[in-house]
Amino acid sequence: MEQLFEGLLNHHIGFVVWSGLAFLILLLLLKKLAWKPILGAIHERELSIETALASAENAKAEMARLTSQNEALLNQARAERDLILKEAKELKDKIVAEAKNSAEVEGAKMIEKARVEIESQKAAALADVKNQVSTLSIEIAEKILRRQFEDQSKQEALVSDLLKEVKLN
Amino acid sequence: MSLAHILDSKKIRFSAVFALFLIFSYLQAPAQATHENAPHQLEDTTFTNQVESDAHVPGTEHPEGEGEHEPFDATTVIMEHIADSHSWHLWGHTSIGLPVILYTDKGVETFSSSQFHHGEQPYQGKYYTYGLVEDKIYVLDANGQIDKVASANIYDFSITKNIAAIFLSIALLLIIFTSVASAYKKRVGKAPKGLQSFIEPIILFVRDEIARPNIGNHYAKFMPLLLTLFFFIWINNLLGLIPIFPGGANVTGNIFMTFVLSFIVLLAVNLNANKYYWKHIFTPDVPWWLYPIMIPVELIGVISRPFALMIRLYANISAGHIIVLSLIALIFIFKSIALAPVSVAFVLFMDVLELLVAFLQAFIFTMLTALFIGTAVDEHHH
Repeated sequence: MEQLFEGLLNHHIGFVVWSGLAFLILLLLLKKLAWKPILGAIHERELSIETALASAENAKAEMARLTSQNEALLNQARAERDLILKEAKELKDKIVAEAKNSAEVEGAKMIEKARVEIESQKAAALADVKNQVSTLSIEIAEKILRRQFEDQSKQEALVSDLLKEVKLN
Repeated sequence: MSLAHILDSKKIRFSAVFALFLIFSYLQAPAQATHENAPHQLEDTTFTNQVESDAHVPGTEHPEGEGEHEPFDATTVIMEHIADSHSWHLWGHTSIGLPVILYTDKGVETFSSSQFHHGEQPYQGKYYTYGLVEDKIYVLDANGQIDKVASANIYDFSITKNIAAIFLSIALLLIIFTSVASAYKKRVGKAPKGLQSFIEPIILFVRDEIARPNIGNHYAKFMPLLLTLFFFIWINNLLGLIPIFPGGANVTGNIFMTFVLSFIVLLAVNLNANKYYWKHIFTPDVPWWLYPIMIPVELIGVISRPFALMIRLYANISAGHIIVLSLIALIFIFKSIALAPVSVAFVLFMDVLELLVAFLQAFIFTMLTALFIGTAVDEHHH
């Protein structure tokens, strides 16, 4: 046992000192030159990726929100359009119906008016004709009478003729 | 799960049978060889003698330099390969001499380790004569023997192979991670690219699978330590798997390295511990008369957790290296180049497994560190 450790310090202290020093220097140098920048860069990149992912997620949500909003707007617009169209159609139908109605009423009125006018005109014309016929017949009768009364015999002949006629009737 | 389909292919079935045949025939061959060589008992007897003489005589020959006629000692070779060294072996007899720095009672000495000529020659320094015995530096006396009294006064601060490998891995880590960091500065907020996209998942793995679940809210403070531990252990495990320069140093399979790492973990855990942690240790929720047992147990727990970390990493990595080297050593033990394909196939399998272990051990070390820190900074008192 003693022999195993004999000269241990003499022969190996140098190795321990050199390797320990070398390792510590390596640790310090790498810490300053490598690990700090590398780990920092990795950390930063991870953060940026994380934020990028989060913002992408946000953008996606925003997009979805906008899309649904657009959809709603579109639906609303469509409904409104339908409503307007429906109203317009109703209005049109109403107007057409109204126009038809009023036209019919007006027409009927006019026809009625025309009929009344025609009626009145006819009546007037008939009355006129009657007047004229009566006037004419009176004049004829007057003339005839005047002529008949100039000649007694003829008067009598006429009367007799007339009487014959009456009998025939 | 069915693996039967693997054997469906004729080619695979054939090669599996062939591989088994090869293994058995090669195992058979040395057995026969020993029978044939039975009269020549020389090798067997000299084998043990050689080992003993190796232990006694300082500055014996490098085992790799041994001739074919000399016996092959696998244990020595393997232990030499996984141990630290004062020179960095390149190929054959060529090595890089590393600086030797000695703190002696008379002053500091520096010279190149190539002065030892692979431990074959002593070096006359300013204050003492130094010799390299089993890759350890001793003071030699006038007769060339180890002077134990004088040796006790010198402290070895040499830049050894493992220290050089640590410096190399640190340079690599700094280059990789500063370039990755600059990529983050250039490409702020953009997706990672190139090396950055390879490293980032690992960093995130350490953060999200290791630090966060185990430590909780305070994890950010410990991220630099955990990341540095993870990548330091991992890259050194991987470099250790490369058999040739600039790899080949067994840094994480060195118990002093794992000691340093686990000692740093020990400090990190206990210096950041909150009052609940200390309360749990010194006034545990047990009847007061159990305190004499509980408090020592808890105090041992403080030490034993980093101690387990130290042993676990060291043992795992060393074991992997020993298995790979043993498989290669089979070729030399059986003295047959024909065994090479089998050895290489098994080594390939082990290397692939070691790639997994390299990651796994880095992960486990970091994970347990995070767990210990987590228990120390936990806000809730249990």
